[in-house]
Amino acid sequence: MPYLDYAASAPLRAEALAAMLPLLQRPAANPSSQHGPGRAARAAVETAREQVAALVGAAPGEVVFTSGGTEADNLAVKGAVLARPEGARQLVCSAVEHHAVLDAAAWAEADAGARVTLAPVDPAGRVDLERLAGLLEPGRTALVAVMAANNEVGTGQPVAAAAGLAHAAGAVLLCDAVQAAGLPGVDMDRDGIDLLALAAHKLGGPTGVGALVVRAGADLRPLLHGGGQERGLRSGTLPAAAIAGFGAAAAAALAEREAPGFAAALAALRARLLAGLRALEPALVVNGDPGRSSGAGGLPGLLSVRFPGRRAEDLLLLLDRHGVACSAGSACASGAVTPSHVLLAMGRGPAEARETVRFSLGHASTEADVDAAVAAVHGALEVLAPQEATT
Amino acid sequence: MSGPQVLVAMSGGVDSSVAAALAVEAGWDVTGVHLKLADTPAHLQVQGKGCCTLADADDARRVAGTLGIPFYVWDMAEEFRRAVVDDFADEYAGGRTPNPCARCNERVKVVGLLARARTLGFDALATGHYARVEDGRLYRAADRAKDQSYVLYMLGPAELDHLRLPLGRMTKPEVRATAARLGLRTAAKPESFDVCFVPDGDTAGWLERRLGRRPGQVVDTDGQVLGGHQGAYRYTVGQRRGLGIATATPRYVLRVEPAAARVVVGERAELAIRAVELERASGTDGRGLRPGHARVRLRAHGQEAGCQVVPLGPEGSGEPQRGAPVNRGRTRLDLDEPVAAVAPGQAAVLYDGDLVLGGGTVAATGPAVPAPGG
Repeated sequence: MPYLDYAASAPLRAEALAAMLPLLQRPAANPSSQHGPGRAARAAVETAREQVAALVGAAPGEVVFTSGGTEADNLAVKGAVLARPEGARQLVCSAVEHHAVLDAAAWAEADAGARVTLAPVDPAGRVDLERLAGLLEPGRTALVAVMAANNEVGTGQPVAAAAGLAHAAGAVLLCDAVQAAGLPGVDMDRDGIDLLALAAHKLGGPTGVGALVVRAGADLRPLLHGGGQERGLRSGTLPAAAIAGFGAAAAAALAEREAPGFAAALAALRARLLAGLRALEPALVVNGDPGRSSGAGGLPGLLSVRFPGRRAEDLLLLLDRHGVACSAGSACASGAVTPSHVLLAMGRGPAEARETVRFSLGHASTEADVDAAVAAVHGALEVLAPQEATT
Repeated sequence: MSGPQVLVAMSGGVDSSVAAALAVEAGWDVTGVHLKLADTPAHLQVQGKGCCTLADADDARRVAGTLGIPFYVWDMAEEFRRAVVDDFADEYAGGRTPNPCARCNERVKVVGLLARARTLGFDALATGHYARVEDGRLYRAADRAKDQSYVLYMLGPAELDHLRLPLGRMTKPEVRATAARLGLRTAAKPESFDVCFVPDGDTAGWLERRLGRRPGQVVDTDGQVLGGHQGAYRYTVGQRRGLGIATATPRYVLRVEPAAARVVVGERAELAIRAVELERASGTDGRGLRPGHARVRLRAHGQEAGCQVVPLGPEGSGEPQRGAPVNRGRTRLDLDEPVAAVAPGQAAVLYDGDLVLGGGTVAATGPAVPAPGG
């Protein structure tokens, strides 16, 4: 089945499965236990910690394993707010952050005395640095959240510049790199990132594990209390097998990034997909800027397109019937497609947002996948006559 | 699969679950769809109340998984709000008594969904309604107690040719037994009776929150003031309780006059009417209602009366009715015997035996022939 939904979840890499299996099949072993099996599990966790740190230009001791990207974002936002005195709890988030950031910030505003200000983005979804700078309140801003690259449209963000502005105002910078950690990649040292959120499954690791990488000096309060694991920032028995899978996926993603031609090949697949779709629908509109025209790298395998007059829900159903997996906007709890806050922030109307489909490619994508997707879209467009826009 | 491609509307209740299961057993190529019709945030939803809750979507998804069919959730909350919820409030504000289920079928659940299914290349839509479609005509369900043909009267050949109602020949106990036999998790789910977007059943309270208080007077047919009220929309023709007046004999609501904020009450005998004028009348055969004798049902669970059907010609408004059957027009029904308490806004559905001839919305009623336009 042609899978073009890597941004939702990437297929598990063989390396990740191989790293997990021995730990899953092994007898009980808590990485905190002072015995042989415990030490072996601990060793696997520490290897993974090194692999994850290497992926993002951090020191192993800075990696705090969590249950995933959502927990990492929550720990960063809420933990930073709670570490500050009241009156110094302003939060500045780009308007296109993931809901794990935006909703955690909204909680902090409702229940923890924070104030949240959203930094607007340009029509490509890139945060406006001048506007961002104007929103900072030196001494009062606790945290600035600017993601590495947007999960819905692929646009890369000027993270290093945002970090410079945040630091000048006495704030820490949270970078959600859940999508971008593999390609284009992030470097905490180079970019001055204080807090970095990761999720294993977007890299080809298992679901249920992620990390918040916390630079020394970034003050956080923990959200989960208990056994004091992860330097007291995240209590709970470490899932050694899942973490080993995370580490293996991170190592594989790093090898790909450093392999000559891998990123270019992925970009070429995306270009092939776009050309195929344009040939079918000349009125197609591309959302965002995953390319490198801006200098800030975006997601080379992500293609967000609008098919004017066609409801994304209908396209998805027809593509699914052809065995092609992709997604539309963001799905709510019931599974329905709702207009994306990212596209709305970029100035699109709700009707346009409802006509947007996201294709995303990754480590195992092939030309055959792309061609099958184009053929399926061809079939779907034959069925769907353009309809009047509905709001 | 080689059978017809059928989209099944799955609410998460036992009826539509079994409809989907029977569609699969019939060898059709079945796809399930759940309509998200409410915007209520998940954490504010009352479990097991109303419909279209997150739990209902989950139930529908699990049943689809058990049946091994693809399943989707479509957000039609905006369409539902505009066509059904707003209309419900507007109708009450205008002194009428709407039937939101008929309206929903007309605009969203059946006609709207069928149009979308056809657009997507499906051959047919199947639902869990209790009614029968045979040879392109609509009939009452075999289970008279569950019959829902009343809320489907507005369908015409364009819809009926592509509508499958797998429960039409089944009784409710048979439906539950089928659900249990197939191990569907919805087998023992309770019935939903209330208006789905008024989960606590307090329609008056819902309307008051929406429309605000609009106090006025309760008067008798001579205009004498008997008391006051907080909103004419809280009253419906035939209502006896909650009038807040003290009289020697029971009083009933005869008319609701929202423009004057007035509720007119009278004796029980004064509720009797002999003629009903319909608007937006349509025939299930696509050829409109024709003169002749028929049985008319004036509420979902009410008695039926004999009547003469008198077409009055097409409506002049020319308001385009998206997806509506042809031959909409005004029609008068002269009732064989007096009928009590018929409110404007209700659906009037005409039958010849089990065959649904069509119907319309009650525009006006009268002791004899009402004047055009009421």
